[in-house]
Amino acid sequence: MDAAGAAAGFCLEDYEGGAPRWCPGCGDLAVLNALQRYVRDEQLPPEKIAVISGIGCSSRLPHYVKAYGFHGLHGRAFPVACGVRSRRPDLHIFVATGDGDCCAIGTAHWIHAIRYNMNMTIMLLDNNIYGLTKMQSSPTTGKGHYSNTHPGGAPLTPINPLMTTLSITNASFVAQTVDWNPPHLYATLAAAHKHRGTSFVRVLQRCPHFMSGYFDEMQKDPMLVRLLTHDKGIAIDDAVKKAFPNRAEHDPSDLAAALSFAGDPEAHPVGLLYSNEQAEHYDDFTAQGLGTDAKAKVAAIEKELDRFTI
Amino acid sequence: MPAKEATEEGISQRARLAQVVNQHIVEIVSDSGEGAQTCGQMFGTISAKMGNGVWTVEIIPAEIEPPFRSRAGASGNRIRVGKGVVTNMGDQADLVVAFNEQVLYSRIDDNAIAKGAHILLESKWKEDRLPEIRAAYAEAMKDFEERGFIVHEVPMEEECLKVVSDPRRGKNMWILGMLSAIYERDVSLIDAELERKFKRKGKDVIQKNVDLVRAGYDWAGENVDLRFRIPVAPSDVPMVVMNGNTAVGLGVMAAGMELCSMYPITPATSASHYLAGSFQKVGGVVHQAEDEIAAIGFALGASYAGKTPVTITSGPGLALKTEFIGLAVMAELPLVIVDVQRGGPSTGLPTRVEQGDLLAALFASPGDAPKIVMAPATIEECFHFMVTARKLAESFRGPVMVLTDANLATGQQNFPRPEVKEEWIAPPVDQSPWDGEVRPYEWDETTGISQRPVPGQRGGNYVLTGLAHDEKSRVAYESAINQRAMEARSRKLAALRKTLKTPEVYGDEEGDLLVVGWGSTLGAIEEAVDRLRDEGQRVSSVHLRFLSPLEPGLREIFSKFKKVMTVEINYSDDPDGLGDARRYAQLAWMLRSETLVDVDCWSRVPGTPLAPGMIVDAVRSRLNAPAEIKRSQSAQ
Ligand SMILES: Cc1ncc(C[n+]2csc(CCOP(=O)(O)OP(=O)(O)O)c2C)c(N)n1
Ligand code: SF4
Ligand SMILES: [Mg+2]
Repeated sequence: MDAAGAAAGFCLEDYEGGAPRWCPGCGDLAVLNALQRYVRDEQLPPEKIAVISGIGCSSRLPHYVKAYGFHGLHGRAFPVACGVRSRRPDLHIFVATGDGDCCAIGTAHWIHAIRYNMNMTIMLLDNNIYGLTKMQSSPTTGKGHYSNTHPGGAPLTPINPLMTTLSITNASFVAQTVDWNPPHLYATLAAAHKHRGTSFVRVLQRCPHFMSGYFDEMQKDPMLVRLLTHDKGIAIDDAVKKAFPNRAEHDPSDLAAALSFAGDPEAHPVGLLYSNEQAEHYDDFTAQGLGTDAKAKVAAIEKELDRFTI
Repeated sequence: MPAKEATEEGISQRARLAQVVNQHIVEIVSDSGEGAQTCGQMFGTISAKMGNGVWTVEIIPAEIEPPFRSRAGASGNRIRVGKGVVTNMGDQADLVVAFNEQVLYSRIDDNAIAKGAHILLESKWKEDRLPEIRAAYAEAMKDFEERGFIVHEVPMEEECLKVVSDPRRGKNMWILGMLSAIYERDVSLIDAELERKFKRKGKDVIQKNVDLVRAGYDWAGENVDLRFRIPVAPSDVPMVVMNGNTAVGLGVMAAGMELCSMYPITPATSASHYLAGSFQKVGGVVHQAEDEIAAIGFALGASYAGKTPVTITSGPGLALKTEFIGLAVMAELPLVIVDVQRGGPSTGLPTRVEQGDLLAALFASPGDAPKIVMAPATIEECFHFMVTARKLAESFRGPVMVLTDANLATGQQNFPRPEVKEEWIAPPVDQSPWDGEVRPYEWDETTGISQRPVPGQRGGNYVLTGLAHDEKSRVAYESAINQRAMEARSRKLAALRKTLKTPEVYGDEEGDLLVVGWGSTLGAIEEAVDRLRDEGQRVSSVHLRFLSPLEPGLREIFSKFKKVMTVEINYSDDPDGLGDARRYAQLAWMLRSETLVDVDCWSRVPGTPLAPGMIVDAVRSRLNAPAEIKRSQSAQ
């Protein structure tokens, strides 16, 4: 708990920004609620929180959190977040991105942000569709699924964001959760925030407006979801356990097993797939020389000028 | 008589024959990798140290590893040395040192060598074991004579072999010695320079180079009859010598910026190379991003968090950055963007100079995205403009574009050592509580300026957005709010313009023709104006540093001249027969719309800096243009 926050005693309202404008039943709301409850429970001072996003329904999230926010460009949340982090080790950074934002237009940044492993929590709100621009296929849309850009059905097998992320050198935290199980969602965000480095959390997110019933099967047939459990994994209570009867013990330091769970066609994994506390942190590099005062700077520049003085 | 004394005797005798010149243009050309560039740079540095003005230009081969002895392969340096300040590369070379006759042809093709120039040519080729090389050499010798060059055959390799076993490394230092004798340079200065340059490589390397320089110097003392004396005037203030990219890098540090976020691109990269090596010492860091979009995004993240950064790029990179530049304007994020212009469009001429990005700098982002655009005209200004740009970016809360070009980036010039001030350095990020009454975009009625809270300031939290927004940064689609916000962002330029001075006219304030320039062409334009005025022409010039907003008072200045004409390194149609279809150079295009004056232009895209002589010819021909062309122009 942040000391300054505890003294002030922040309540939920202190983190409530504008009224959310998502469609009724939109899974984004569950993520917003979980995030607000978590930062309240942790008493993170609102001025120390930066919520950064791209463009999409999901990227509207910063507007609904009363904190510092950056609602930038489509696909470009990651470089912005990394830039904020580069000289600000004191801020709590949360990134909201969508499946188009992260896995299509922002792909290059996705790969590099994972490699940089700067301290931040990424929430990929994956509804398997472009919501904001009205139902175009995204890279995660299921093959054969109808969309406005593929009325005959999406032509290709979707990309697997978990496998992709796990395969990036220096990945340090990869988890999956679902919007319809708030306790697990909360526990996953909590673990992600507490991990030092880039925590990548994919949230399977319902879009009742364009993908009505899309995740119904998963919700109805518990065997289609596999809860990963472990001491070092996401903390779960009995209610969560009950909701996911199909469970497997998985040590999150085992990358090969993580990849195999991530790619399992039988069941979607939910829980912590991978975590590595030993990964390198690019923020250690970018923070160099922080706090050098003006006098020291001028002295160093004078020395530099000496090199060119004739 | 011992050999050493004989040499000194020889030198002093020849010194009496020295020809006094106000300036000389020297070129050293070799196959790439033979060290002509180092030699040229050192010759420039030594000359500057002695109290001459210098301007050096890199001669860059078209390919990275061209075949040896090829016309396309010329690599080296032009050094213009003068009695006073030297502001540009000048016209044609007076003396050229060539490692082989073929590389010389690439300079002849570029029309870079004056008739009557002295050519000091490596003579080993005439005894090469390959008959075709011997033949090529012989043929070239004849041709050079016909072209009116004065060729001096120099056994460079043979002489170097007396000092080192591998003359391919070291010939450049031997030549430096030879040039020092010819130009009466103080060789002890070279020793000191060598010591500095090769400190890390050890004593033996330093000594070997010192020996080579001495050998070249002594050889020329006995064997070369040329002596040129360029009067020196040692400066009474400390001077520095560097290229424009280094000056930009130093300026970034002196401005107190702490982050350079970039993606490599010629000819901008060397600025970041310099920073990468030195930034740490002043508490800064270079971030090499995955692409230019990420580079500016990262920079804007840092800016949002309170630290104004710089991103350094060239044309193709600028193209990728445009969406984020629009966001920086829209969300009012301070940022310094340096565009080291190269030839365009597309990949264009990566190593060559052009001033083709002016309109892109102003207008590349979609929608109305008013921003500050400035262009240093000298290497010294490359340094100082960075300090100004950071301050403007913060005071006017938005991106500032600084346009330099390949000529400034790689050219070297001496200028007074800047006196760095603590107040130039950006203050630490303000973390004091924010007055909650003040909205994050509380636009001032007249100036459009507002104060911004920074993450960490309690009570200041807002959500920055690229969507249309109101003063509270709330997304707003109402037409009145959008109109008001656009107006506020535009007003900032008007407010800045009020603080700018009317530019000074070089030459008389009225006359027949006014040349208007911007950026790296300053020196060449003013030298051309001097020559034209010496001829009795009533020509003046004015040089703009601010392109957006434009400096005030231009219409008034223009009104005193019969003709106004921009000189630029970008493409425009010449005024012959195209009528209304004629396309104008970029500054001319802007000035015509700004002043409603019928501004003419002369521009070229040779990939090289403009020589003063080219400008003189262009102005003369426009002054003498037949009446009907003049009429057709004024009728437009
Ligand atoms: C450069 C650019 N291209 C396209 C768009 C249009 N656009 C906005 S959001 C979006 C896709 C959103 O899908 P996703 O990232 O999955 O977010 P969701 O709305 O589903 O949450 C697109 C294509 C844009 N804003 N900017
Ligand atoms: S369109 Fe879908 S994703 Fe967007 S707000 Fe509505 S339900 Fe949510
Ligand atoms: Mg989506």
